[in-house]
Amino acid sequence: MGERLLLRGNEVIAEAAIRAGCECYFAYPITPQAELLEHMARHMPRLGRTFVQAESEIGAISMVYGAASTGVRTMTSSSSPGISLKQEGISYLAGSNLPAVIVNVVRGGPGLGNIAPSQCDYFQATKGGGHGDYRMIVLGPSTVPEAGELTILAFDLADKYRIPVMILADGLLGQMMEPVELPEPVDLESLPAKDWAATGAEGRDPNIILSFDLGPENLKQMNLVLQEKYREIVNNEVRYEESDSQDADIVIAAHGTIARIAKSVVRMARAEGIKLGLFRPITLWPYPYEPLRALADRVDTVLTVEMSAGQMWEDVRLAVAERAKTPFYGEMGGVVPTPLTILNEVRKHAN
Amino acid sequence: MPTDIANMVKVFERPASLTGARFTYCPGCSHGVITRIIGQTLDELGIAERTIGLAPVGCSVFAYLWYKCDALQVAHGRASAVATGVKRARPESIVFSYQGDGDFASIGTAESIHAANRGENITVIFVNNQIYGMTGGELAPTTLVDQKTSTTPDGRDPTLFGYPIRFSEVIAQLDAPAYITRQALYDTKRINDTTAAIKKAFEYQVEGKGYSLVEILSTCPTNWRMTPLQSNEHVENVVTEVFPLGDLIDRG
Repeated sequence: MGERLLLRGNEVIAEAAIRAGCECYFAYPITPQAELLEHMARHMPRLGRTFVQAESEIGAISMVYGAASTGVRTMTSSSSPGISLKQEGISYLAGSNLPAVIVNVVRGGPGLGNIAPSQCDYFQATKGGGHGDYRMIVLGPSTVPEAGELTILAFDLADKYRIPVMILADGLLGQMMEPVELPEPVDLESLPAKDWAATGAEGRDPNIILSFDLGPENLKQMNLVLQEKYREIVNNEVRYEESDSQDADIVIAAHGTIARIAKSVVRMARAEGIKLGLFRPITLWPYPYEPLRALADRVDTVLTVEMSAGQMWEDVRLAVAERAKTPFYGEMGGVVPTPLTILNEVRKHAN
Repeated sequence: MPTDIANMVKVFERPASLTGARFTYCPGCSHGVITRIIGQTLDELGIAERTIGLAPVGCSVFAYLWYKCDALQVAHGRASAVATGVKRARPESIVFSYQGDGDFASIGTAESIHAANRGENITVIFVNNQIYGMTGGELAPTTLVDQKTSTTPDGRDPTLFGYPIRFSEVIAQLDAPAYITRQALYDTKRINDTTAAIKKAFEYQVEGKGYSLVEILSTCPTNWRMTPLQSNEHVENVVTEVFPLGDLIDRG
């Protein structure tokens, strides 16, 4: 491991991307992820790598499409309204089997919303924000150090499966400073070769990157290839954290920043005799349905807490499938619930 | 007198950089000629093996099929941004985008202007036929005043739909581009001029001189409701009045 650094979440994601071998980064400024862009602007050119401040979010994701097509590791970042603009490019990346990392430091919505933390882009991230039958791996970090770890994982998974991977953070995670230890930079030469990439066809047949076929049967085959890949990811890449759940009567299901707050709530609840646990999905897609279902067999209540109107709640209910009660508590508009407000919700459901 | 095959000289053949795949274009459309010129240029400069071509959305969506080089099919209007990503990632490659007028000068306006303004070292082939060919002949940003299209059935009324945009002139206002020119294909001289322009545009990229844009006045006999001959005469006599031919910038 490298030196211990005190950095903002946005900077940690940027620095982790650099150490993961991101050679090309393209983005457009937006709050609350501007520090990410600025960190890349300072460091990428010095390393001889590409930083382009694009004309728009659409331009940035299109540049990512171009760079990804040539086989280099590439990333863009933005926040909610900007991620909406990137959906065209994300769909094309998915359809063309291109690896790329997209960071969404989520802010309050809909529309212009505000710049306060939110989790209101969960649907967009996990259910396919763009057009077509596609999926994207979505990773939900809960702390600043984990944001760094998951950024590195995002590049590895993107390459392994030739798929866009999203880091779904939020404004709180982006702005918060924590001590982190980041790994040494990867040796770019050690990364697996990409024989499919468009690099110039010298000595081989041309490589063609595309997401379309006018023939329905052919396009169906292309879709079946995607679906097979998604099944493989569902089978191999589900990640989650379960804590204090062995004797729990109630568990909180939460991701990202809220899961971190929920850990304090677990301590407070247990201090007053409530047997509370936590279930935290790390992969928001693929969602850990099976582990949550197994947990639901052992508890009375799965309380979903989110900074949204109940988006992940739908996945929780799909997983729990009536095996336990599934109440919901959420805040919207950039309001971050305190441990005490969540504890009060827990108390309502404690026997 | 029997033909003496052994002594015949081959003066014309398909460029080695073209695959020979059958074109999907309508009879009389200029896309095929432009494709051939690009293939010939890749041959002459010996760059096909390090070229990455970008196919747009529209009639030339299959452009990746024609060239023996790596290629990407990209989203409508985004080719200049995608080309930026390709070229920045692989500066040693030769990158060209092939874009129609709807693609380059309407839906891709922002991407087109800003790639030019950054002086990206790429070559843009901008095919201007004043209409949306593939979708059925709708109004393009370049459609002439009073020209009938499927969405301006009474002709383009500039008070409602604006005027044909001279997009190359817009880009020529920028400081960065190395070469901007408008060419046509309605007679042999113009085809030769276009060939020279495309060659220069690729040469500038090879030499690292920066952004080049070759606009080509093209024909769409199908949607113009004209014969190929009438189409060529229309370009010569009418279209060039609105879109004058010649170099707009040459900073080589």
